[in-house]
Amino acid sequence: MAKMTDGTLPARATGAPKVAFFNDPKTRSLIFQGLALALLVFVIFTAVTNAVTNLRNQNIAGGFGFLDQTAGFGISQTPIPWSESMSYGRAFLIGLLNTLLVAIVGIFFATLLGFVVGVARLSPNWVISKIAYWYVEVIRNLPLLFQILFWYLAVLASMPAPRNSHSLFGLFFANQRGITVPRPIFEPGSGYIGIALILGIVAAFVVRSWAYKRQAATGEQFPVAASMVGLILGLPIVAYLVTGMPVSFDYAQQGRFNLTGGMTLIPEFVALTLALVAYTAAFIGEIVRAGIQAVSYGQTEAGRSLGLPEGRILNLIVVPQALRVIIPPLTSQYLNLAKNSSLAVGIGYPDMVSVGGTILNQTGQAIEIIAMWMGCYLTISIVTSIFMNWYNQRIALVER
Amino acid sequence: MQKCGVFRVKAPDDGALWVPAKDNKSTTNRVGKAATMKRIVSTLALGAALGFGATAALAQAPSTLRNIQNKGFVQCGVTQGLAGFSMPDSAGNWTGLDVDLCRAIAAAIFNDPTKVRFSPLSAKDRFTALQSGEVDLLSRNTTWTLQRDTSLGLNFAGINYYDGQGFMVRKSLNVKSARELSGASVCVQTGTTTELNVADFFRANNLKYEPVVFASADETIKAYDSGRCDVFTTDASGLYAERVKLAKPDDHVVLPEIISKEPLGPVVRHGDDQWLDVVKWVHFAMITAEELNITKANLDQMLQSTNPEVRRVLGVEGNGGEALGLTKDWVVRIVRHVGNYAEIFDRNVGPSTRLGISRGLNALWTKGGLQYAPPIR
Ligand SMILES: N[C@@H](CCC(=O)N[C@@H](CS)C(=O)NCC(=O)O)C(=O)O
Repeated sequence: MAKMTDGTLPARATGAPKVAFFNDPKTRSLIFQGLALALLVFVIFTAVTNAVTNLRNQNIAGGFGFLDQTAGFGISQTPIPWSESMSYGRAFLIGLLNTLLVAIVGIFFATLLGFVVGVARLSPNWVISKIAYWYVEVIRNLPLLFQILFWYLAVLASMPAPRNSHSLFGLFFANQRGITVPRPIFEPGSGYIGIALILGIVAAFVVRSWAYKRQAATGEQFPVAASMVGLILGLPIVAYLVTGMPVSFDYAQQGRFNLTGGMTLIPEFVALTLALVAYTAAFIGEIVRAGIQAVSYGQTEAGRSLGLPEGRILNLIVVPQALRVIIPPLTSQYLNLAKNSSLAVGIGYPDMVSVGGTILNQTGQAIEIIAMWMGCYLTISIVTSIFMNWYNQRIALVER
Repeated sequence: MQKCGVFRVKAPDDGALWVPAKDNKSTTNRVGKAATMKRIVSTLALGAALGFGATAALAQAPSTLRNIQNKGFVQCGVTQGLAGFSMPDSAGNWTGLDVDLCRAIAAAIFNDPTKVRFSPLSAKDRFTALQSGEVDLLSRNTTWTLQRDTSLGLNFAGINYYDGQGFMVRKSLNVKSARELSGASVCVQTGTTTELNVADFFRANNLKYEPVVFASADETIKAYDSGRCDVFTTDASGLYAERVKLAKPDDHVVLPEIISKEPLGPVVRHGDDQWLDVVKWVHFAMITAEELNITKANLDQMLQSTNPEVRRVLGVEGNGGEALGLTKDWVVRIVRHVGNYAEIFDRNVGPSTRLGISRGLNALWTKGGLQYAPPIR
């Protein structure tokens, strides 16, 4: 056997060293990986066979067939039409849509509020920065479920009974049953308004990129923001007038118990959104502050020495660089918000977990429902991440 | 503010798991706050329990009784607090009609009614807890339905309270009948037959309503009390029990309509016939004791009786108890420690209690009610 002359290097001169096969790092790692894999397969296999036998012993049928059965229960917020005679599958879909609704609305407002808070914390104005500081400290340190319950009870307690609703021009109402607004009724022809809206958005972005290119080439500026707003709002309004005003409104009226008609945001939605927005905004605020502080002060000074006004320094120099630091942790706040919305069951908001739980309880299909929950949350999270990663790449530093 | 049953999964922030009983006293499970997450976690636990056979009760599914004898106590799933049925008193001891059934079972097995541990479960979590082997039985005002009996993998062991669903509203609304409730908001608890019945009722009568669905009884009644809903609905027994939790109970009325049948009774897992028999016959034994007028007070006299039926029931003759896997004197044990059906009814929900419920449907069949037990012979 060749002698190892060097502690670190195998002796090569006399050919490959003959180590016992179990001492060979390659074989070893193969063996351990094989063992780990076998263990994993064994655990999964036992889990599945156990589940199958246990379920069979208890006479519980597996599979997703139950999704076609009649649900038979009511749901308080239904973005798509719902009646008790529809299926469990549709009920679950409504739960999913309700989850998406709070998640999207929540993310939108949490981002706005979060940026305001983050910028406010860096404000040279002592009062504003202290308010932002205490906001972050208080909100971040209280459990979310507690905050949701707080907002719910606060919303309920501060609102009048339906018979003496607060009302604004007799069109908008607020009471313990929610916030009611006139409901638009789209008559034939109103499709054009939607088309006009889409056209408006597309045109706005075309104009924007044209204006940027032109500015890069010639230095001439164009009122981008105003023309974008004009296009996005103007085109649908023109379409509305041209098609003969095909949208009418259903106004709320006082019924015996509640307002009837109109469109109502239920208090559970309002409270949950408020709580999620307030909570997540505190975290986003910190992320934004950190992002802005990560941009070295020299950048601002350089901007000043070029004579740029403060607003432009923020817009053109600080924020674009800060965003690169902000986006990745911001993504995880978005994911958190979407997942935290499952705390809705605490106040009876019919989200995916609440509705799914009802279905689970009635059908006993625990494994299937849990799989559906996991699948849905996973999909929501992955789609959010993909979008945010794409955005992150887009804004990545491009050196010219 | 809310309470919730938690099972199996250890939650680090509170010790809401079954605390081992000290000096053979039944143990109250105090429940934590972040209940909602745990509810989800506990549901996941079913997956885990079913999947890995992690639960002893499941691994040896066939003999729940032997398992109970080995561990030394009965694990009984009850509500999170429903006056008269299952509720911890100020000293933390569980009391109520449903609780007494668990105690009777413990008395029959161990000759000791304190050998029970209680798991407070929300309506939604209860079946999962039973299926996963976390509790040995549910005695939790649970309505016997075909669906639960079959596709949930459960078996009902009898009916210890005949009930029906009712409505409660504020007096100030001036409602006289449930048929006037069109357009009302209704607070209900999820995972109940209540939730389904109310949907059926409004659909059948072509009335509109807004269901507002909560996970626990406490949340439901609080939301109703704070004005979120016009109507609170549940089993009639539950209406009376929950009304006492309202800020001003006298401002609310129960409407006359009863819209459903709610036969409430104990539930066990499907697939263990012996345990099903035990639970079923403990209930029947309490009815039979009432029929034969055997009470806690006169038990020792009754043991001297010459009436062959009394002698057989009390195990002086025959060995019915042993056939059940219990002892000859099983009924003696039940009556001595817990009492007959009339005694537990009167003590927990009867006219002299705060609930003040009369026997009604729950009177013996000989007195115009529905409570009836097959012969013990
Ligand atoms: N009997 C009905 C309803 C049972 C039920 O859960 N009722 C509620 C309202 S009275 C309750 O007991 N809640 C107590 C709790 O959740 O702890 C069923 O089996 O579905």
